[in-house]
Amino acid sequence: MKAKIYVTLKSGVLDPQGKAVEQALHALGFKEVGGVRIGKYLEIALDGGTRDEAEHRVREMCEKLLANLIIEDYRFEIGP
Amino acid sequence: MKFAVLVFPGSNCDHDCYHVLKHVVGVSTEFLWHKETSLAGFDGVVIPGGFSYGDYLRCGAIARFSPIMKAVEAFAREGGSVIGVCNGFQILVEAGLLPGALIRNRGLKFICADVNLRVETTRTPYTAEFRKGEVLTMPIAHAEGNYTADPETLDKLKRNDQVVFRYCDASGNAADSANPNGAMENIAGIVSEGRNVLGMMPHPDRCAEKVLGSEDGLRLFKSMVNSLSESRV
Amino acid sequence: MAFDAAVEMTEEIAARHGLSAEEYARIVRHLGRAPNITELGIFSVMWSEHCSYKSSRVHLRRFPTTGPRVIQGPGENAGAVDVGGGLAAVFKMESHNHPSFIEPYQGAATGVGGILRDVFTMGARPIASLDSLRFGPLTDPRHRTLLEGVVAGISGYGNCVGVPTVGGELSCHPSYAGNILVNVFTLGIAKADRLFRGTATGVGNPVIYVGSRTGRDGIHGATMASAEFDDESDRKRPTVQVGDPFTEKLLLEACLELMSNDMIVGIQDMGAAGLTSSSCEMAGRAGTGIELWLDKVPRREPGMTPYELMLSESQERMLIVAKAGRETEVMEIFEKWDLPVAVIGRVTGSGTLRVMDGGRLAAEIPVQALTDDAPVYNRPIARPTDQDERNRLDPSALPALAEPEDYGRVLRTLLAVPGIAHKGWVVRQYDHMVRTNTVVRPGSDAAVVRIKGTAKGLALSVDCNSRYCFLDPRRGGALAVAEAARNLSCSGATPLAVTDCLNFGSPERPETMWQFSEAVDGISEACAALGTPVVSGNVSFYNETNGAGIYPTPMIAMVGLLEDVEKRAEQGFSKEGEAILLLGETPGRLGGSEYLASIHGLEKGSPPSLDLDLEKRVQAVCREAIRAGLVSAAHDTSDGGLAVALAESCLSGPKPIGARVDLQNPGGSRADEVLFGEAASRIILSVPEGKIAEMEAIAREHAVPFFRIGTVGGEKLEISVGGRGLVSEDVAGLDDAWRNALARQLGVA
Repeated sequence: MKAKIYVTLKSGVLDPQGKAVEQALHALGFKEVGGVRIGKYLEIALDGGTRDEAEHRVREMCEKLLANLIIEDYRFEIGP
Repeated sequence: MKFAVLVFPGSNCDHDCYHVLKHVVGVSTEFLWHKETSLAGFDGVVIPGGFSYGDYLRCGAIARFSPIMKAVEAFAREGGSVIGVCNGFQILVEAGLLPGALIRNRGLKFICADVNLRVETTRTPYTAEFRKGEVLTMPIAHAEGNYTADPETLDKLKRNDQVVFRYCDASGNAADSANPNGAMENIAGIVSEGRNVLGMMPHPDRCAEKVLGSEDGLRLFKSMVNSLSESRV
Repeated sequence: MAFDAAVEMTEEIAARHGLSAEEYARIVRHLGRAPNITELGIFSVMWSEHCSYKSSRVHLRRFPTTGPRVIQGPGENAGAVDVGGGLAAVFKMESHNHPSFIEPYQGAATGVGGILRDVFTMGARPIASLDSLRFGPLTDPRHRTLLEGVVAGISGYGNCVGVPTVGGELSCHPSYAGNILVNVFTLGIAKADRLFRGTATGVGNPVIYVGSRTGRDGIHGATMASAEFDDESDRKRPTVQVGDPFTEKLLLEACLELMSNDMIVGIQDMGAAGLTSSSCEMAGRAGTGIELWLDKVPRREPGMTPYELMLSESQERMLIVAKAGRETEVMEIFEKWDLPVAVIGRVTGSGTLRVMDGGRLAAEIPVQALTDDAPVYNRPIARPTDQDERNRLDPSALPALAEPEDYGRVLRTLLAVPGIAHKGWVVRQYDHMVRTNTVVRPGSDAAVVRIKGTAKGLALSVDCNSRYCFLDPRRGGALAVAEAARNLSCSGATPLAVTDCLNFGSPERPETMWQFSEAVDGISEACAALGTPVVSGNVSFYNETNGAGIYPTPMIAMVGLLEDVEKRAEQGFSKEGEAILLLGETPGRLGGSEYLASIHGLEKGSPPSLDLDLEKRVQAVCREAIRAGLVSAAHDTSDGGLAVALAESCLSGPKPIGARVDLQNPGGSRADEVLFGEAASRIILSVPEGKIAEMEAIAREHAVPFFRIGTVGGEKLEISVGGRGLVSEDVAGLDDAWRNALARQLGVA
């Protein structure tokens, strides 16, 4: 099984990177751009176990390590 | 002779480079804001270290789109002298003026320390006054200085004598233990095919006065100035 | 125009804002009515310990704060002293303890951001930072993570802005297990006649907001059962502020550009309590009033309430009072640097803070009620009942260390204690060279930065032995000042002035207030005697978790001046055959020593005695000898006593070098006391043979005793006491024990 994990800053938390990229896109003429937020995308291969177990384990990984819950949210998809 | 020190939002070694050129080497030097579009009247360009645009997307990735970079590209194409130090090197590779890329240090952390450098070629305006194989001491200060390139590029760099500096130990061996950031083949600095654009991670601007412990960097700037004076004659 | 009546004010809401019933009654008296929620929020932050210094103010008045060199004492964004040549050194230290415990990276990063703004707000360009850190034991994985995070945060922020972190200190102790300390210091240089202050003078002058947009960062307001404060809006409010060093760098350059012209009358950082504190402190200092138009405030998020806008602690923002008519020029500078800028109010003669939200009056409060008339408490003081027990120490009950090889092991153990160990793992992550002024890099008693365009240099040091302060806060406070000054003198610099960061437990505990009061007295005595006034500082109370407070930690940062930066010294031995001299004769004592704590597990006894007159003379001799070119190395002997100081000098030079030392023991002390006992007013010097006579003359002139205790050279550090060889260690082994200790304890070696 494979997990696709997205870690993003919580809404309301300042995203300096997103802000800088948004300004750069504006400067390059992409005037329609707004609300740029930068996050992390992870792909993880999982060995064995049921789908439920995998979900449980991935959630644990996110909360223990992959996301800093003080400032970040996470979501994930589990697929074949 | 007049030099331009480019200033991007987030440049932070601009004052250091300016200080060395203007007050230590003693050549005419001006700051040039990144929104400028012309390099007319300048004989050399220094792209200083720092964190242009916070290094937020990738180091140098946003700065390369600044208006002044079009002028820098034209200037370089015509053989003009351009040095990029640290973040300046990162900007030059993002702009395609030098090959390869600079990625995260293998230790993942920012490193500020003195390193030993071996001069690999004296066939550049910047190293003409060094001896080939000579060991220099210069500071590095970066988190993304790990030079990487595909095998063909690497081959070409070596074939054309474009590798200018390698990290080495005190006796001049380019050993892995002397490689601070994991750079391929210990590469610390390279020059363009035309030999006029130099990119290097170590900071010559930080070792250009005796009071700071070393003058190896001063020799690099003087070499550049002297080469330019000769070529003007 | 009507006051917001959506929330009915109660004492309970006030209590959730940290205001006592008495304080709430006082607010009602000041206003002549009940406050609305925005006003309550404003009072709560302005009357907080952090902004009002309500528990510490009565004590802080005892600090000596004036002197011939003082240009700006406490009360402004930072202090300033005259360093000659028309230049001023501007500096301050601040704590960011609690935020760093919650989120170490961002907590430490925003701490650096705040102190940088305090300094460049004064019109000074920041040229160097220090940080002073305290963690719990590194055997606890949580504290290893905290240490890594804090160091990464300081590195991430300071490096990006381009202000070198040139030194500091770090130690670990169980008393910090629930409350780490992150104290950051920044020094800037300004023209002495071009200092800017946080003042809102000139009725009609525009109030200008610059920097990052305002979000819901760091609003600590309690969750309230009202439409305005439902769970949803609470969820939206991040308690952790994220630092944006790139914007800080732009703000720094833009502000300095602004201040090189004659456009503004006052400027202040929007730090703690953001828009609220900056506006009313500026009006308070000027005796004016201020009117703010919240609809003009640049925002990051829609739907923000006046309460949120006034209390937000979003980072990288400044409030400026410009000269009327210069608005456009001011705005052009910030637009050049791509920074949000807006005129958001004006100075009035009303003496009130008047906050408008569109056509609605959101708050109206007399400025004095928020500033000068804020509560001041003379809190109860009580000496801890076990204080005498703490000071009781019977050395004869300690197990004796007889075998010579044991002393070598003790030395290696002490060299690996985090407070003593080499800090290379930390300082490698800090850009300590940017701006090319760092003449003495981290790792000596004091860091030295040159002042470009002059022959001068400034030396910086930060110190506090909290074990000493726990055992005797008064003497501990004085010893911290003495050590900071001694560190500067060891570099050749004349100590000029102090900034402090007083970290303590809860002021509501009489024992803590006793420690605080005693420490202030100790610091005051030492500062007065050494001629180093306190010019700025910060108090951090409530460093306490579940009733367990930290050891009293009054951190002292000191700035010293070298008229000629070439005439300086560092702590490392480098010259084979030179004589090792000991300046000062105070015998080391075991009370409160690192040896007693680390080897015997005891934190007892009295800290070293301190004779301030002798201290002053010892330092004077050291400085004179350095200036006369007699000294190749100078090192203060502090934690770990003479043996550790000697080892550090052997290991800190360009490469490790040995030494042969024989210590006399006229008083017949225990050998461990001679080796590892601690004392003030002692300095180790490395001096060429041919210059000893000159050295003697200087020492005699100041009536300072000195002794030749050994010779630099070889591959071993050999120390005997009264002719009995006790330590004989290869420097290579000592170097490994010292240099790699921190990485080993962090599990990254």
